[in-house]
Amino acid sequence: MRFAALGTIIALVFVASCQREQRNPRVVAASASVMTQLPRESELVPGGSVPQPRISSPDNGNAYDINQGQTLFTAYNCAGCHGGEGGGGIGPALNDANWIYGGEPAQIFDSIVRGRPNGMPAWGARIPKDKIWALVAYVRSLSGQQPKSATAARSDDIEPDPHTGTTKARGSTP
Amino acid sequence: MSVHSAFAPAGAQAARIYEHWLLYWYVALAVYVIVGGAFLYLLIRSWRSRPESIAEPTQPVQHRMAKYVGASSVATALILILLLVSAAITGHDLASYGQKPNLQINVIGHQWWWEVQYQNDDPSMTLMTANEIHIPTGQKVLLNLTSSDVIHSFWVPSLNGKRDLIPSHQNTLTIEADRPGVYRGQCAEFCGLQHAHMILYVIAEPPSKFSAWMRHQLQPAPEPVDAKLRHGRDVFLNEPCVTCHTVRGTTALGTVGPDLTHIADRQTIGAGTLPNTPGHLSGWVTDPQRAKPGILMPTIPIAPNDVQPLLVYLESLR
Repeated sequence: MRFAALGTIIALVFVASCQREQRNPRVVAASASVMTQLPRESELVPGGSVPQPRISSPDNGNAYDINQGQTLFTAYNCAGCHGGEGGGGIGPALNDANWIYGGEPAQIFDSIVRGRPNGMPAWGARIPKDKIWALVAYVRSLSGQQPKSATAARSDDIEPDPHTGTTKARGSTP
Repeated sequence: MSVHSAFAPAGAQAARIYEHWLLYWYVALAVYVIVGGAFLYLLIRSWRSRPESIAEPTQPVQHRMAKYVGASSVATALILILLLVSAAITGHDLASYGQKPNLQINVIGHQWWWEVQYQNDDPSMTLMTANEIHIPTGQKVLLNLTSSDVIHSFWVPSLNGKRDLIPSHQNTLTIEADRPGVYRGQCAEFCGLQHAHMILYVIAEPPSKFSAWMRHQLQPAPEPVDAKLRHGRDVFLNEPCVTCHTVRGTTALGTVGPDLTHIADRQTIGAGTLPNTPGHLSGWVTDPQRAKPGILMPTIPIAPNDVQPLLVYLESLR
């Protein structure tokens, strides 16, 4: 009897710890307010300090969003400037620890939405906000800032493309 | 109406598979009837016989039983060999069919739609479309199958068997339709949330009609003729639509989603999820995540004044 009760309790603990990663495909409202309270790059504020808004990425550590971001990173040709796997090229590398405009999720979001001088286009009007967050999640995974359990171990695209015989400029996360 | 049945073959290969299936069916039916009949016969006989005859069988009876068991074992082996030989011949016939195709089409599986690229030695004659494959009747069409994300499977039961679409690997499948018709196909390898809504149609037409379709599809999208259509086009080009979809003849060159150059000519929206009618298109454009949850296309808030012009523009893309 005691064993049965103990077994039931252990089984319940296991069941309670089972949870499926949640996907919410309709997340328009979740990130809509970000546009009005974007972070600033400078700490200098005229007329005394203003508290910095704290914005945390809704996509942190979510494998589905990192994967979507990877798809879009290729599709929007981010690799054209930032290189496959964010290795850098015309634009700065994304897989290192150097961030010109900050490496926090909100700062990367800001860089994508509003663009940066000397080449980075402002994508805000052309990419829905939740997809930008997915890109942020993927970009952060390039420099190992996402949990290993959520990032891809390897990419099928490392193999040559059957039509062209070349390897696509889209890679796995390091 | 579309056909979706391996029992209604519309091409030489599907007919071959159907014949093969019929052989299996009749053999299995005969075996079932004979075994079932023998079982019933023995059951009835044992009911009628006296209890003492159930005792240990005599020597001659044992001999007879051994003969029956031996004969049925040999018959079983022969039937299995017959089926094996038939399967090998069918497989060989299907594999060696269509060595010289008249037309080559790349089919690329996406979660959850089909990208279709008509190949031609003349680059100006190559064509991109989605979810509908038009083919000329009586001609061998070679499909080069691959996938951009996960494993899918191409299956149009009325034309041929299944063939997987594998990322970074190219499979081939030849199809041929004997007669005009619309043949429904379905992804046959579980590929995620909307696997059930990954449908395609193979539309077989007489060669002359097919060439006319091809010529029309190669044209860029028609220019907007009035203010409302121009408004709709500008909405399309200024909203996020443009980053993912291509409309040839405009600046929209996105490659994430299906080519929309002639979207109004297609029969369905969302790879067979909804019929392509103005009402369904409206529902799809304003909230695709309700119609087909989980797809890449996001729900984009479009200003109320912009929705109708956008829909009218999309419906003008013939």
